[in-house]
Amino acid sequence: MNIQSKPRAMTRRQLLKNSAAAGSAFVVGAGYLAGADAAWATETSALEPRTMATLVQMARDIYPHDRVSDEYYVVAVKGYDTPEAAEEIEVGIAMLDGAARGKGHGSYLDIGWERERVDVLRQIEASPFFQKIRGGLVTGLYNQKAVWPIFGYEGESFSQGGYLDRGFDDITWL
Amino acid sequence: MAAPFELSDDSVVVVIGTGAGGGVLANELAQKGVSVVALEAGGRYLPEDYVNDEWEAFGQLSWLDARTTSGDWRVAKDFSGLPAWIVKAVGGTTTHWAGASLRFQPHEWKAATEYGPVQGASLLDWPIDAEEMDPWYDLAEKKLNVTRTHGNEGLPGNNNYKVFEAGAKALGYEQVHTGRMAINSADGDRQMCQQTGFCFQGCKWGAKWSAAYTDIPQGEATGNLEVRERAHVLRIEHSDDGLVNGVVYADADGNEHKQMARVVCVAGNSFESPRLLLNSATSMYPEGLANSSGQVGRNYMRHLTGSVYAVFDKPVKMWRGTTMAGIIQDESRHDPSRGFVGGYELETLSLGLPFMAAFLDPGAWGREFTSALDQYENMAGMWIVGEDMPQETNRVTLNHDVKDQYGMPVANVHYSDHPNDRAMRDHAFQQGAAVYDAVGATRTFPTPPYPSTHNLGTNRMSENARDGVVNKWGQTHDIKNLFVSDGSQFTTGAAENPTLTIVALAIRQADHLARELAAQSL
Repeated sequence: MNIQSKPRAMTRRQLLKNSAAAGSAFVVGAGYLAGADAAWATETSALEPRTMATLVQMARDIYPHDRVSDEYYVVAVKGYDTPEAAEEIEVGIAMLDGAARGKGHGSYLDIGWERERVDVLRQIEASPFFQKIRGGLVTGLYNQKAVWPIFGYEGESFSQGGYLDRGFDDITWL
Repeated sequence: MAAPFELSDDSVVVVIGTGAGGGVLANELAQKGVSVVALEAGGRYLPEDYVNDEWEAFGQLSWLDARTTSGDWRVAKDFSGLPAWIVKAVGGTTTHWAGASLRFQPHEWKAATEYGPVQGASLLDWPIDAEEMDPWYDLAEKKLNVTRTHGNEGLPGNNNYKVFEAGAKALGYEQVHTGRMAINSADGDRQMCQQTGFCFQGCKWGAKWSAAYTDIPQGEATGNLEVRERAHVLRIEHSDDGLVNGVVYADADGNEHKQMARVVCVAGNSFESPRLLLNSATSMYPEGLANSSGQVGRNYMRHLTGSVYAVFDKPVKMWRGTTMAGIIQDESRHDPSRGFVGGYELETLSLGLPFMAAFLDPGAWGREFTSALDQYENMAGMWIVGEDMPQETNRVTLNHDVKDQYGMPVANVHYSDHPNDRAMRDHAFQQGAAVYDAVGATRTFPTPPYPSTHNLGTNRMSENARDGVVNKWGQTHDIKNLFVSDGSQFTTGAAENPTLTIVALAIRQADHLARELAAQSL
């Protein structure tokens, strides 16, 4: 199936619509997700596409950085899209959707406000599933060299001779 | 006989561990003509092997063998299998340390006398004092080529230091400078600092002192020192007369060997050293070696620690330059009017983005946390190093339910803060935040302690055999040819980073051992 929408914006109705539009042109069981601006795209192999979309949204709600685009969050959780990991993730996301329904929402992805999604996450915060996802993101997200420049972090400096002649003491505003 | 030595050679001194204690001791003995076999559990990494990448370097260098934790310290919750951030490699944690090289203050050698009784604390005076240690500190400072000692210039201050210094001076602090650091400020035997950052990941310039590329090769060059790497010691054995006669270790392939020894010196850090003594229990020593006092493993200290990070409205780029770039010493005095005994140092510190995410507020999530990281470029940071109280119940024990890769019970590390520790940390958090507020911080973060790098006190030095494990020479009270040569000897922790004192004690112990060996007393 082909989901041409940002995960956050993907409601059940859209999912159904997209699925219908995709028809049988795509192999059942293989998933494809793409950002609305086509800046990123990913195929899922083991996880249901909607599960991946929910997982990406969950990752952003755990560590929200408005200047970090979805593609980095996708990379951060892509490791769970394996036959070994998929079942636990499907069960976990089903639990998350269950918690969302318990608060009167259709599903996690149906919730429009981050504040309300965070309320749902708080419900499952103590679960091993939540802690696994959160713990994995600490390295999965912040140890991506590609995100470092967004935070201004420069990474290794030895190959450039350190900062002795490159601004180790260049502060001017004090 | 020149190195390498035979397993059956019972004339050698065996040193277990090659860090600030063992690495220095091994070299100093070798320089004096003593035959030494040093057994190192880790591999050998040199500047060309180090990587400017926090997680990759952590995986390369850290001691990651199983350990367990208990007690009310937050490390037991957030990093339950990782009580320490220390190194498993030739050179030990001298590869990772930031380089701060401070002498104890005179009163800190006599904490029990100077502080008086502190309820719940097992304070004890060291059996040595500042006057006795002065010449050994001189030798240690010269060996490490410490800045601001013996005519060495201080290092220049980086951005993180400039923010820290400006805040400190605005607050009225007077003892503020770029530290006494074992990092070359000029080219010499080691290269001068290139302000690269990544001091914690191993200095790729070799500007920082590490035993890995100084004392170890110097000792090997004498022909009197053999370093066996990836040799993980499992137990120390003894003869019917009660003296130790050698150590059993597993090599890189897991095969066991016994190296015979005339003297055994234990320097595996404050977790592994007591663990090894406890794991060496026999029918003659059912509570473990050198443990007639029951003190082996007790009085574990880790310094107060904690950090203060602050966000400003303009960039700081704290990661540029030396990781520990300066110090405020005004609060290191003993002044009970502040509501606690002992004192603390404030030292700049920076973490890269990956470690900041892991350590700023472990377990935290959501916008309160991420809005802090969003300002990473505008952050400054400092670390608190304060004297924590020794407590008998803070201790390393064997966890018989968890075994390491060799089937040996692992160390459980139990630690709970003493009320004095909490009072001091709160004071330090307040002062650290005030430093940054004084130069316009928009937000400050009282960051909890990381997994410990300053691990001290689990085989403490004492005048009387009933109070501790070793005497003033690091010689165990119970077994005359068994010595302890690392930070586990510390009777109390003082407010200073411990490496210089570990090195000074190792030089002094080598001098003592060489004399005793020559006199056939051992």
